[in-house]
Amino acid sequence: MSDSSLENLPKGWKSVPSDLGSDQTTFKGVQWGKAMMWIFLLSDTFIFSCFLISYMKGRASTVVDWPNTSQVFSLDFMGVPVPLLLIAIMTFVLITSSGTMALAVKYGYEKNRKMCGWFIVATALGGLTFVGMQAYEWSKLIHEGVRPWSNPFGAGQFGSYFFMITGFHGTHVSIGVIFLFIFARKVFRGDFDTGRRGFFTTMKSDYVSIEILGLYWHFVDLVWVFIFAFFYLW
Amino acid sequence: MSENMELEKNKQKPATTHKIGIYLWIWGLLFVLSFFSYMVDWYQFQGILRWSLILFFMFLKAGLIMAFFMHLFWERYTLVNVLLWPMTAIACFVGLMVAEGKYTVFTRLIYFVLGE
Repeated sequence: MSDSSLENLPKGWKSVPSDLGSDQTTFKGVQWGKAMMWIFLLSDTFIFSCFLISYMKGRASTVVDWPNTSQVFSLDFMGVPVPLLLIAIMTFVLITSSGTMALAVKYGYEKNRKMCGWFIVATALGGLTFVGMQAYEWSKLIHEGVRPWSNPFGAGQFGSYFFMITGFHGTHVSIGVIFLFIFARKVFRGDFDTGRRGFFTTMKSDYVSIEILGLYWHFVDLVWVFIFAFFYLW
Repeated sequence: MSENMELEKNKQKPATTHKIGIYLWIWGLLFVLSFFSYMVDWYQFQGILRWSLILFFMFLKAGLIMAFFMHLFWERYTLVNVLLWPMTAIACFVGLMVAEGKYTVFTRLIYFVLGE
């Protein structure tokens, strides 16, 4: 975020050549951990892009009809099949958890320990709900006979793309939930106020860690936006 | 030692945060946009209208998340450029694979269907 030492530096487009050509740090005012998280997320973007592009290619090149996702992912509500209901709820749950994460980051920077911690817990619970619903969705589809090599609804490739893409995303959510709980504990214990050293890194940290954690969590939400659009809606 | 100094410096620095309103607004917008993209399926729009609406809502949501939730809107341009220019490589890859997919389905139709 903003830093008083940045005020004398060029702003706007002029800052790009001057930052890139400057001494010591390229990303001015960005803590190193945050820059590393961004670079990791960039590489992760490429991984998810490769999955989604291979899905696009597979779907575009099959001569068999693609399963109608609207029906495949429908859910009975009071005896009436509602198209994509579970996926819609999952989307809203993930966006809700993204919102609580954004507030956790805000309260972290305000050094409001309690609010920050509780919003992180709320985010983790949202993530758990999401993973739980995904597990339900997987078991439902497996019971209906969807396999990575075939399925009763249409083109055989559907299953492999579905399990690969949603599985990889679900793994990201699960890892995020684990880290959210770890950082909730750190916040409540006051690690970022007292400068207590991390047990793994042995380094002191402050509330910028919450922003870094938030970047990861928002990225998980961001990937879901693309999966929702391309896999479920298209 | 330098770590300690940095920690001290951060403590003295006034908190630079954004007003809660901006987050709540973006949050609400994301809900509304998700609802609209769900409605695209609900009303079973087909063809170009469906695809363009899906892409429109998707990019709008992605942009809002990146700009405000991930704070890119407030970051210096160097970071923004380093993160966004690689996306053109992905766009190129998509273009290549669209052409490749069309070619594959063309050959499959020729040899699977007409070849029999």
